[in-house]
Amino acid sequence: MNPTATPARRQLHPPPVPASPFPYHPGSLLSAQDLTLDCVSHILARARCRILAKRRVALLFYESSTRTRTSFELAAKGLGADTTLVSSLSSSIEKGETLKDTGLTLRALGAEAIILRHNSSGAAWLLESETRLPVLNAGDGMHEHPTQALLDLRTMLAHLRPGTETLTPETLAGVTVTIVGDILHSRVARSNMVLLPRLGARVLLCGPKELLPELAAQAGPGIAVERDFNAALHQSQAVMMLRIQAERLAGQQLDLEEYKANYQLHGPRLAAHAPTAIVLHPGPIIRGLEVTAGVADGPQSVILEQVRNGVAIRMAVVERALTASQQGGRA
Amino acid sequence: MTALVIRGGHLIDPAAGIDSLKDVLLKDGRVAEIAAPGKLKPADGAEVLDATGLTVAPGLIDMHVHLREPGQGYKETIATGTAAAAAGGFTSAAAMPNTAPVNDSPEVTRWMLAPERGAVIRVFPIAAATRGSKGETINDFAALKSAGAVAVSDDGLPILKDSVMRETLAAAARVGLSVIQHAEDTRLTQVGGKNASMNLGPTSFRLGLRGWPNEAESGIVERDIRLVSELRDARAHLHVAHTSTAAALNAVRQARRNGLRVTCEVAPHHFLLTDEHVGFYDTNAKMCPPLRAAADRDAMIEAILDGVVDAIATDHAPHAVHEKEVEFENAPNGITGLETAFGLCLHWLHKEWKMPLGRVLSLLSAQPAALLNLKGRGTLAVGSFADVVIFDPRAEWTYNARQTKSKSRNTPFDGWKMQGKVRWTISEGRIAYKSEV
Repeated sequence: MNPTATPARRQLHPPPVPASPFPYHPGSLLSAQDLTLDCVSHILARARCRILAKRRVALLFYESSTRTRTSFELAAKGLGADTTLVSSLSSSIEKGETLKDTGLTLRALGAEAIILRHNSSGAAWLLESETRLPVLNAGDGMHEHPTQALLDLRTMLAHLRPGTETLTPETLAGVTVTIVGDILHSRVARSNMVLLPRLGARVLLCGPKELLPELAAQAGPGIAVERDFNAALHQSQAVMMLRIQAERLAGQQLDLEEYKANYQLHGPRLAAHAPTAIVLHPGPIIRGLEVTAGVADGPQSVILEQVRNGVAIRMAVVERALTASQQGGRA
Repeated sequence: MTALVIRGGHLIDPAAGIDSLKDVLLKDGRVAEIAAPGKLKPADGAEVLDATGLTVAPGLIDMHVHLREPGQGYKETIATGTAAAAAGGFTSAAAMPNTAPVNDSPEVTRWMLAPERGAVIRVFPIAAATRGSKGETINDFAALKSAGAVAVSDDGLPILKDSVMRETLAAAARVGLSVIQHAEDTRLTQVGGKNASMNLGPTSFRLGLRGWPNEAESGIVERDIRLVSELRDARAHLHVAHTSTAAALNAVRQARRNGLRVTCEVAPHHFLLTDEHVGFYDTNAKMCPPLRAAADRDAMIEAILDGVVDAIATDHAPHAVHEKEVEFENAPNGITGLETAFGLCLHWLHKEWKMPLGRVLSLLSAQPAALLNLKGRGTLAVGSFADVVIFDPRAEWTYNARQTKSKSRNTPFDGWKMQGKVRWTISEGRIAYKSEV
């Protein structure tokens, strides 16, 4: 990491690193790290009815989205809440309004929770600290996408641990999940990397150096880097394929043919190395690049199940956002 | 000009080798006399400052500040920046040239020095090394020096081209100025038009922020040292600004062993904080160079205690509140530092890590004075400028950024414990700051 640094010879006690700088709203969901396992169990199991009639939820989207936006919207509406969508291309954001001002405006208009998708890592923290409303992080830059990790978990449990109700640190013991591709730019990978090891799963990261720096293995416990895709598949019960985020590559060159040769998940590779593993993808899929159409549509694919689970998970977190303060304390 | 008598204080002047109870007479902007307590001849009409129980030392010198004028008076003015400096015990501040326009001309240098700016302490402009700090065409250093510049630098930006840096070092040496380099290989920190916004490491990966590798600093320092060694006969002086990596410090250490004129400064945030202090995207923990890994931070502490570091400098970089209340990667780099540097140095270097007080003071006065060749400053020897800080070394207090004299309050040290309260700051015989207690 830092081989040139001289080790401290003296016994020095430098200033400690502070914990979270402000108390989050108990209904906020900024990082998958924020949730206790009890809370995750609760979200995964939640039964719902139209209990949020006429409550106001704002969807604030600075980036395009199909699945996340629609499922959050359907989830909120399914609970009876009123939703309003503000997107960067059809609002005063285009005129230069800051995230802080946009958030304060939504709060003044009566929003009781804000669902935020933003292209900058950490934007959800900024919005939460400025508005003190419950903020649901629907993806912040290259950082996290906690509801995606929750719906991925629900999907994996249904196949690998059916019937599980209460999650424990051993629920996924013995399970290896391989995440493949553009880890560097992936908020889905980061949320899964913090959530899955807490349930006992082992996470293997797989991809070329340009998209997967070696230091990713230091991101937390239970995470390792395996550059050989076939070797990783061989150990896996679940494989999560990621899209190459060309919009975040920022000038880096990547040989796509070489990438496909090494990291594309195609039928023969899956049959040879992981014939029983489930195949996940957070979408959007670029067919023919990271996965072939045959795999995406094949029997091992659970991609559309993930999408369906997205609505259920988002209903649970929207409900949590709007009821947490009434219950007092973080559910 | 009226005279001032400082009575009953403990005088510590490392450069003059004084560490004892003394009375001091300041007259006409200079130190007129130093005598044993009670032995000063009474001076007619002299104001008397009772320094009983206090420490009297040469006024502090910050060789790296951004006073934002001309052009960015909404962040800071020379008047507010120097008021904050005086509150922090500083009597001299060297102002970096990344203003608008860039200070690359004698006109801008003289404008900064004009009495209308309202400086309450002495400002020493550092002129841009190249026109517009674009790293291409070298400025007229002789003209800048005669207008008042004390060094040259393109701070905020590096001088990347070998040929331009070599010529800058040679030309500056010819007129007796040092070259202060902002060591950042922007080819490694600005990829595809996107800027790195924190240190490259596990924390930047976890937070999903683009990282700034250590090599971007150490590579430039190593290149510059090679150029200085090629210019050995010209006695070129390279000063490395805001050193943040162990590798850069090691390069400086080695260059000095080889007899080269290579010096360096370290900012309080780089010897106190690590990249983990970015916490949850705290834009007041964003600066350039960024907060580094713990191993690098520890190397800064070691190098200060071992004497490799020549000066503590703040890199005081004020920004308006609205500029920092944005997404982390969109926030400007920099934190304020003039009011916190002394209290942090006394708390951590002196109290916690047992560095003798005289050495701490020297890093903040005599040593930067020598680096910038500020004659008659950094000491209180008779005949020197009457630049004095009088402080209570035992007082503990808590910094409150809302009470700052700066126009900005972008600091990660809000609410931190400080040691040593400044009671008076005297600039050339005039009281520039007096504490309310």
